[in-house]
This record gives sequence, structure tokens and C-alpha cells, in this order.
Amino acid sequence: MLSKKSKRILLGMAAAAGAIALAACSGPASSSNSGSAPANGTATGGGPINVAVVTHGSAGDSFWNVVKNGATDAGKQLGVNVTYNSDGDPGAQSKLIDNAVAQHVDGLVVSMANPDALKTSIQAAVKAGIPVITINSGQSQSAAFGALAHVGQDEAIAGQQAGAKLKTAGKTNLLCVIHEAGNVGLAQRCDGAKQGFGKTTNLQVDINNPTDVEAKIKGALQTDPSIDAVLTLNPQIALSAVNAAKETNSKATVATFDLNSDVVSAIKAGQVAFAVDQQQYEQGYLPIVMLKLYHDNANTVGGGQPVLTGPGFVDKSNVDKVAQYAARGTR
Amino acid sequence: MSDFSGTLTADERIASPSLLTRLAIRPEIGALLGALVVFVFFTVITSQFVTPAGISTWLDTSATLGIVAVAVALLMIGGEFDLSAGVMTASTSLVTAMLATKLGVNVWLAIGVSLVFALAVGAFNGWLVMRTKLPSFIVTLGSFFALQGLNLGVTTLVTGTVQVSGIATAPGYASAGYLFASTFSLGTTTFPISIVWWVLVTAIAAWVLARTRFGNWIFAVGGSAPSSRAVGVPVGRSKIVLFMTTAGAAWLVGTINILRFTTVQANQGIGLEFQYIIAAVIGGCLLTGGFGSAVGAAIGALIFGMANQGIVYAHWNSDWFKLFLGIMLLAAVLVNNGFRARAERARR
Repeated sequence: MLSKKSKRILLGMAAAAGAIALAACSGPASSSNSGSAPANGTATGGGPINVAVVTHGSAGDSFWNVVKNGATDAGKQLGVNVTYNSDGDPGAQSKLIDNAVAQHVDGLVVSMANPDALKTSIQAAVKAGIPVITINSGQSQSAAFGALAHVGQDEAIAGQQAGAKLKTAGKTNLLCVIHEAGNVGLAQRCDGAKQGFGKTTNLQVDINNPTDVEAKIKGALQTDPSIDAVLTLNPQIALSAVNAAKETNSKATVATFDLNSDVVSAIKAGQVAFAVDQQQYEQGYLPIVMLKLYHDNANTVGGGQPVLTGPGFVDKSNVDKVAQYAARGTR
Repeated sequence: MSDFSGTLTADERIASPSLLTRLAIRPEIGALLGALVVFVFFTVITSQFVTPAGISTWLDTSATLGIVAVAVALLMIGGEFDLSAGVMTASTSLVTAMLATKLGVNVWLAIGVSLVFALAVGAFNGWLVMRTKLPSFIVTLGSFFALQGLNLGVTTLVTGTVQVSGIATAPGYASAGYLFASTFSLGTTTFPISIVWWVLVTAIAAWVLARTRFGNWIFAVGGSAPSSRAVGVPVGRSKIVLFMTTAGAAWLVGTINILRFTTVQANQGIGLEFQYIIAAVIGGCLLTGGFGSAVGAAIGALIFGMANQGIVYAHWNSDWFKLFLGIMLLAAVLVNNGFRARAERARR
């Protein structure tokens, strides 16, 4: 039995070697024809459009849930079949894009937290005649990869404006809380905040562990009592920061990126000064509209410039209007 | 396989068992059946799963998982765990990328240095397990966290950001990429070279297990370390080599990833260690050691890859993805256990 097995193994190895020898190899740098191109280019005008949305958000993330709602709502209203998938690992995300290409979708919406890793897959999609729209992050590489448009917020500008707003409020020492190691967009926000504000310290926490988040912020506030402003980059983290400030008797003002219904209540109660709102519902909704327009009427949007969905600011003045929308998962 | 010559009397101990029994005692039979079920299932309910482009996506996913899963299977047969294998894929990518982009080292040399790094960490894991007599689960959990911290700390220290990119412009990238990250075409469809590495690693591991003295040692030390020591098997050395093997396999995947995606995030690879263990267990490995198969682990990875991409092809709501995965893995392991019970009866 063993000898048979080893013969089989050797045969298998020989077969694999033969396959390589026969196969036309191409290096990673040179782009290669990916998959069989759809027989009829883009889809026929008659059938429904299929759009795949592939993001880098982790499943269950409150921010990305709103993006997903935006995409699925637009799909329902426009008669577009929208599928949503996400994976925080750039390699796995690129495989999800390959998967959409293999399905010959009529449109692709991708968030590029790590553009270089997705380059090959996105270019393969463009080559296969699939219109691609990038969202949320990866603005600078969007056009180079062949995407139709980018829908999102410029992270550096948003960070700068948030920092400037806190500076105007008379704050002097800022703590910027990064909740995902490895996310470049978050690092850019804190860098921007530093430019707009001045003295800034970054703190690394893990969003998947809420207890740890609160404890770390508490620790930071206790270590440096002169911190009078905390900028968080995610609404869940904002609430932890509010609790941490309360429990350490810190006078620090909390401001945050992005909204959820709890942050809205906190703004009403005066616990959070303001939220930088990038209105991510639009990042889900608009690409579906744009792909539909492109498909039915060959229209493009943005004129080669990113379509900016933010920064907008939510504070006491406009919070009531936003509140009811946040509660239903669209803000 | 002793040469038994002489007059044979009918005796059930030397009668050749029936084909069915021979199949049922293979550790990978459960995984093979599971793979068939998953394959048929997604072939029936989706239209793109068995198109060449579709096959390419799930083989792609399976390959990088399978390379390490096979090495983890060897280690588990040897009676140990390695929880640091997932993060190691990111660590090796980061070492390679930082050397090539920050110091301008030739990519080949950078890959070599990161291999040395991986083998050193693997050897250290093994040495620590043997020296302290602590469960490898604990020791490698420690190295898992240590590497995670190193990944993030060193990356931000050296680059000021949390990802390293730009290796595509480093010297030697093209030739190294050709070996680790190229694609080959069959018909009009392109397949990543990682699939070939996966087959190669599986074949070598299967050969080592079945045909070499070291393969026997692996089964022996996993079955009973004291007994193997008593008959002269170098237990410590064998286990250290096994830990180096998983680290080396993680290095191979890390190298494939960095050359293919040309960028690496400091938080990559976390959570993969359990996928490797699951793939090995589906493939017939016992958590207690001494039993399992390399081919089985490769098939386990294939099941994982097929399910991973098949769920997307089926247009199911991604919110339920992990639930489906969990149920499927449990089912696969239960089927395995059924077969193993049968195998135990057949062996007696």
C-alpha cells in the first residue's frame, strides 16, 4: 500500500511539473489576461444589473453596516442586484474581487485600505470590462488602477479640519486613538489632526476588545493629566473615551469621526463636542447610482476628481435632524 | 512491510483486508468525502463555481492556507501545536519588505534573511517546549502575541506607518516574483503559482510521512514520547525540526504574499493559525497526536477554500458566513470521527 502511495505521489509530482512546463508562465509584474472575458462585454441592457461590493470592513462593524445599507437600499430602489462581502485581510479581499470577476458582475465597488495589494485584482476586473468604483479609501490610486471614480472623504483633510476645530475651541493637548493596527487611513487622520492642532499623541487600541479600549484610554488620561482633548476615529471608541474620561475625572473634550445613534445622544448630552461625519451611507449608495447610470447611459460622475462625501460636522446645532436617521442605520 | 516468505496458512492477521476497509482506515477519507460533498453542493447551487475562473479563485484561497496547514498537520501528528504560524506569515513578509525597501537589500537576500528569522523562531519555540515541558499551546500562544507586537512595533518604528509597500521596485524583485508570485495559464484562465507550491509541499510532506525514517519518528513522538525515547528516537530534535517546519511553511506563504501583493499590513495573519489547525483536523489529525495525514490537511484546506469562495458565489448574505463555516467544520470532523471509529475496529 505504501509503495503504491509513493508511486501515486511521484506521479502527481510529475504531472504538476509537466503542467508547469506546459503552462505559459508570467511574472507578477507583468499583467496577465485574467479569466475568460465575458462573451458579450458588459451585460445586455435587458437583464438586471449585478453589482458586487467588496470592502475591508470587519463583519459587524457599525460603520460598514451603514455603507452596506446604503448599497442595498440603492439596489432595491434602482432594481440592481447588490451583493456585499468584506474581509479585512488584503489578500483575502483581493480574492473576493477575483471571485466577483469570475462571476462576470456588471459593476464592482471596492474600498481600498491597502491599494497595492488589490492592484492586480482591480486591474484584472477593469481588463475584463467591469466598471469599478473605489470607495472610502485609496483615493490617490483610484484613477491609476482604472476605476471610473472614487467616492469618499480625504482622510488628511478631514483630520486637519477636526484638529483645527479643537484648536479653535482652545484645547492644547490632544490624544488621537487609532483602533485598527494596519489601517493607513486612520494613521492619515491622526497625522492630519496633528497638522491642524499641534501637540498630539497617538494611542493604539484594539476595536475588537472594548474592555481593552476603555482601559487603555483611561491609562493614557491618567498618565498625562494635561490631555484636554481626545479624538477618536470610530463611534464605538468615542463612547469608550467618554466613559474613560468620566471615570478618571478628566476634563478632556471628546470628539470623534463618524456617527452612530449613541454618539448622537452623547452630542445631545454634551459629552461629545462634535462628530466628523463622512456620510458613509453615500459611499454605499452613490456608486450603485453611478454604475447604473454608466450601464444604462454611459454617464460618468466626478470629472476625474473624487466625489467627496465629507467631512461634514455634526454638533449640537444639527444633531436632532441626524438623530432619527442614525437610529435606523443610515447615518 | 516485512518480507514474509514460507508456507501460509489462512490466518486473518495476514489476510489482506478488503478494499473498503483499506480505504476506511485512511485518515484522509473523511476529508475527501467532505470535499466531494462541498464541491457538488456549490456546483449545483451556483453557476460560476466550476468555471475555470471560479476554480482559480477557490484554489487560490486554498493554496496559501494549505501550505501551512500541511506543515501544521505534521506538527500535530508529532503531538504539538503552533499558534504562531498565522502571525508568522505577516512577520516574514514584514522582514522581507523592510529589508528590501528600507535598506535596499536584494529581494533574494531579504527572503533568505526572513527564512533564517522564521527558522530561528521555530527552533526557539521547539526548544522552549522541550526545555520547559510546558504545553506547546501555551508556548506558541506566547510567541503569537510576541510576534504580533513585534510586527506592529517594529513596522511603525522603521516606517512611521503601519504597512510596508514598494518592494516591486527593489532589486531582484522580478526573478523572485517569478518563482513565488507568478501566474501560469491553462487555457484562457490564469492560476497563481502558489497552487503549485501547495501541491509540492503536500507531496513532500506525504512522502516524508510515508517513506522516511523521520516520518516514522513523527508518528512515534506524537503517539508516545516516553516510549519513542526508550527505543532511541531523538524526541527533542524531531519536535524542534517540526516547529521549524511550520515556521518555514509560514515563511513560504509570507514570501508568496509579499511578492504577490507587494505590500504588507502589520496586522495581517491574525486568526489564520486556527484555520490551519481546523484544516489539519478535518484532514484526520487528532488533537492528541500520533495520527493524521498531510494529504488530508491539504484536502481540509481545499474544503475551507471552496466554502470560503462558494458562499460568495451563492450570493448568501455575508453576515452568516462564519456560522455556515462553523457548522460545516463541525460536520466534517464528526464524519471523520465516524470513520476513525471504523478504522479502529478494522485495525484490531
